[in-house]
Amino acid sequence: MTLDGLLKKHGGWLESGPEEGAVISSRIRLARNLRDTTFPGWASKEVRNHIWNDVLLAFDGVPDSQTFLRWRMDELSALDRDLLFERHLISRELAERQAGSGVLVNEDECRAVMVNEEDHIRLQSLQPGLNLQKAWDVADELDNALEQNLSYAFSSKLGYLTACPSNVGTGLRASVMLHLPGLCLTEEIKPVINAVSKIGLAVRGLWGEGSEASGHMFQISNQITLGKTETEIIANLEQIVLEVMEHEKNARLRLMSKQEIRVHDHVGRAYGILANAALMATGEALDLLSALRMGIDLGLMPNMARREIDQLFIRIHPAHLQKEAGVVLTPEERDIKRALLIRKFLEKK
Amino acid sequence: MKCDLCDKEAVVHLTQVVNGEMKEVHLCEEHAVEQGIDINSPISITDILMGLSGPQKDIANELSLVCPRCGMARDEFRKTGRLGCPDCYKTFMAELTMAIKAMHQSGQHIGKIPAREGVQTRMKSKVARLQKDREAAIAREDFEKAARLRDQIKQCRKEALQNEGGTP
Repeated sequence: MTLDGLLKKHGGWLESGPEEGAVISSRIRLARNLRDTTFPGWASKEVRNHIWNDVLLAFDGVPDSQTFLRWRMDELSALDRDLLFERHLISRELAERQAGSGVLVNEDECRAVMVNEEDHIRLQSLQPGLNLQKAWDVADELDNALEQNLSYAFSSKLGYLTACPSNVGTGLRASVMLHLPGLCLTEEIKPVINAVSKIGLAVRGLWGEGSEASGHMFQISNQITLGKTETEIIANLEQIVLEVMEHEKNARLRLMSKQEIRVHDHVGRAYGILANAALMATGEALDLLSALRMGIDLGLMPNMARREIDQLFIRIHPAHLQKEAGVVLTPEERDIKRALLIRKFLEKK
Repeated sequence: MKCDLCDKEAVVHLTQVVNGEMKEVHLCEEHAVEQGIDINSPISITDILMGLSGPQKDIANELSLVCPRCGMARDEFRKTGRLGCPDCYKTFMAELTMAIKAMHQSGQHIGKIPAREGVQTRMKSKVARLQKDREAAIAREDFEKAARLRDQIKQCRKEALQNEGGTP
């Protein structure tokens, strides 16, 4: 499958999953580096190219290595790199790197291995809904398979050694993507963000920053990577996510019991604009689709499925629109295409 | 909000937690640049811990410290907050130990170990994990469990010593 082939489908992590109402997906990321080898940010072009080749060779040890697509950043256009970024398969940082940097992605997009990002290897495992344990099992297995052919930089005291000391130890970043419109509408999101931040976890908007996050999408992840086992880190994150979900549920209950007419109005207006607008900027689309998504959760949109909205959340981004159109578009042309894409989707409903 | 170092309006606001104490820093553009903060790039926790909290003058004489494997100089590492290679952890151990403790509230790995690592590493890690469990047991006054864990730790250390003697 080529990169364009990705457009025709959605990532396997957007299939149905546990707790998929508030939780979009769960992600595990492992940072690994090769022994006695300069980290990518400080290595020469030659060394980085060597690392890319070494990782590719080692990848033959992965049982289903044939199902992984591989792309080098210096062989992709800016648009293609943006497409991978919008699909959560690479980081912004990898997209901006060149020699020796690349990514391996399996066909259902649930596993990705970035090479020569900040660290030599960044393994990613994505699962639909709240399922950190499964995501960990998959990442752990891939890590074990790779390790058969690679010697990792490791110290018995500091664990896996990483380019940035904030990742040292397990090299594990576990994160959960949450949709929290209830907490945003009741303006209770700020205290929740503050409380979660205080117990060593990070909360950030998936698109945009802090409590101003577009689409009411948030990512909660662990900050501490050393001195705890992987199981402890995951269990701790999951417990907090469950608590945040409880707060979201209560916020929605309160909205529906005290301000039901306003909730109906909010969802109905979003639908009205999305069904009729001729120009639609990304941020506006994310916010309005968020309202529709909440409407589905509350049973106000009987003909729509949550996952259809989740797929639109990705397809309305600039690189996706341009790849689907097959040409580079100006911002205004994108706004027209975006509005059209959403209108067409709603017409079928 | 005024800059901490002069009367100008502060444009950079940082919150840092050092040894469990929250400290706020407000700087004007000029002083932010002087402290080596690039206003246009996001600041990582490492940058803050490495750059602002240290008594810079006392360690200025160590600025020339360079990693023998990769050639990363100490001031370069302080600027980016990123190390040059795995060996840098040994080279810059003195200042890293403090920063790592502040970030992670721990200095000992107890997680996964690569299969290639030897028996010794596994044993050390097991002891570290048992010790952590023992501290937790003592904290909740479960002395019976703490005593059992103490015996297990002793046993592990004994086995480790025997292994050491056994390997050439």
